Amino acid sequence: MKTIWTIAKRELGTYFSSPVAYVFIVIFLLLAGFFTFMVGHFFDRGVADLLPFFLWHPWLYLFLVPAAGMRLWSEELRLGTSELLFTMPVTPWQAILGKYLASWIFLAIALFLTFPLVVTVGYLGHPDYGRIFCGYLGSLLLAGAFLSVALLTSSVTRNQVVSFILAVVICLFLILCGWPPVTDAVSNWAPAWFVDGLASIGVMTHFESLQRGVVDSRDLLFFVSVIVFCLFANSVVLRAQRA
Amino acid sequence: MLANQTGCCPKLSHALCLTNPIGRAFSMALPYIHTHDDLSPMINVEHLTKMFGAKCAVDDVTFSVGKGEVLGFLGPNGAGKSTSMRVITGYLPPTAGTITVAGFNVADQPLEARRRIGYLPENAPLYADMSVLGFLSFCAEIRGLFGPAKKDAIDRVVQLCFLERVLHQSVDTLSKGFRHRTCLAQALIHDPEVLILDEPTDGLDPNQKYEVRTLIRKMGAEKAIIFSTHILEEVEAACTRAIIIDQGKIVANGTPDELKAKSPQAGNVTVTVGKVTKDQLVTQVEALTGVEKFWIVSEKPEHITLRIVPRGNLLPELLEAGTRNAWKIEHLDVEEGRLDDVFRSITLPDTNTAA
Repeated sequence: MKTIWTIAKRELGTYFSSPVAYVFIVIFLLLAGFFTFMVGHFFDRGVADLLPFFLWHPWLYLFLVPAAGMRLWSEELRLGTSELLFTMPVTPWQAILGKYLASWIFLAIALFLTFPLVVTVGYLGHPDYGRIFCGYLGSLLLAGAFLSVALLTSSVTRNQVVSFILAVVICLFLILCGWPPVTDAVSNWAPAWFVDGLASIGVMTHFESLQRGVVDSRDLLFFVSVIVFCLFANSVVLRAQRA
Repeated sequence: MLANQTGCCPKLSHALCLTNPIGRAFSMALPYIHTHDDLSPMINVEHLTKMFGAKCAVDDVTFSVGKGEVLGFLGPNGAGKSTSMRVITGYLPPTAGTITVAGFNVADQPLEARRRIGYLPENAPLYADMSVLGFLSFCAEIRGLFGPAKKDAIDRVVQLCFLERVLHQSVDTLSKGFRHRTCLAQALIHDPEVLILDEPTDGLDPNQKYEVRTLIRKMGAEKAIIFSTHILEEVEAACTRAIIIDQGKIVANGTPDELKAKSPQAGNVTVTVGKVTKDQLVTQVEALTGVEKFWIVSEKPEHITLRIVPRGNLLPELLEAGTRNAWKIEHLDVEEGRLDDVFRSITLPDTNTAA
């Protein structure tokens, strides 16, 4: 546990020791604000909720989370520090969890900094705070799921750009699977079980049900399984690399 | 058996080789038998084989290193030195064979083994975005050192590796020498019983090389150390024993003196004699039983220089003949053999049959 935290602390230090972290957070906040107010017509709706805010998160995360996670392993592979790390008394799981937690905490910090929006809706009306909390929970889980994908793709290559593109492609797949325009198009020709199956591996249906303020154990289980699966695949990749 | 005997006393090995030229030709792949009876080996490598696909990087390598030993790992590029070291540290799993470090099997108890190993990888990789202090602090914490113990450990290695000047500098702004020493400091931070250093002096200037070599020799007294190098003089300066590895196989294993004795020139005697005519000297030398062959290197009115390839124990006989015939021996030199000759003769493909 101490080892995991030591590794996480180092990774967090890496984020904040360079301007990248601050740039990332600023871009995230700007885009989140832009989509909420300009595209989502936050004020015009006249409803005291954060739906137009959360609605755009999958698309924001599609690019920002792979950007945040792309260097986690590929940088170690490029510099050769993975050799250093894995000759220290560290198990692959400790290293994976340490890195994953650090990045997740970083994303959580970025997400937390959107709190003025919550204050704003609270000032303007009487929002359902439970629903807002659920929205944040869903957003954090979505970021976590995408992050686990990014962590996995960064372990297969020492090139950060390749890692980024792979992660975006996989995340895009996860989004499109359950996105209504896609499922509608598919349902014209595919059998119902296929459409349902496709929708259930997509993140959108699970994300949206959390936005409605429903904490369904199936949705939580979905995100947790994506994360666990990717982290497990990550450990397999790391082991295969050294064999 | 001969290797074992001579292992006790480097001086003796030389004398033995003079008396017995066959001794020089004993199998170079002779496995080393540990002579420190009181200590079980800290690093024990048995039948280590490592394949990368169909390519065999390390082929059935067996050796051990005891406490107080500094083992030099020699070999041409791509001979399997780094791969062997990576397998011993547990970074790469072996294809076959067992490795124990301080009594822990690297495959079964990797963490216990790694806790006792300090490892300096080739090219000294470092986290580029950290300061030297931050990096050492991270390494100390990973090794389970916190609070005052961490501070003491960092202070110790900073002093040992001369890092005071760059302590707060970012790692990616360091010169190669400092990068190397930072990585070395990392390997020493938990005061490990076993040190594995992959080319620790690579890229250092001569002064730094000297410092690192001195450090290795000093630490070698109470640790088991393996280090690889291309620089043969380093082996003589710092090692108690050396292994030459070529194409994944151990081709020679012994003390630096033993290895030097394997040189084709080892044991040759160069003698400069005055007050004697050439004919007299040739006849007198020919009469000696210990002379395999000889030739005149230089001939001047005041003295003659001979080069003698001995057959057996030449030196006493030669000196006796000198006294008997009233030679004025001005200079006498017994060739010790040079490591680079040995290295070349063992690892060059055309002479490889000798090994």
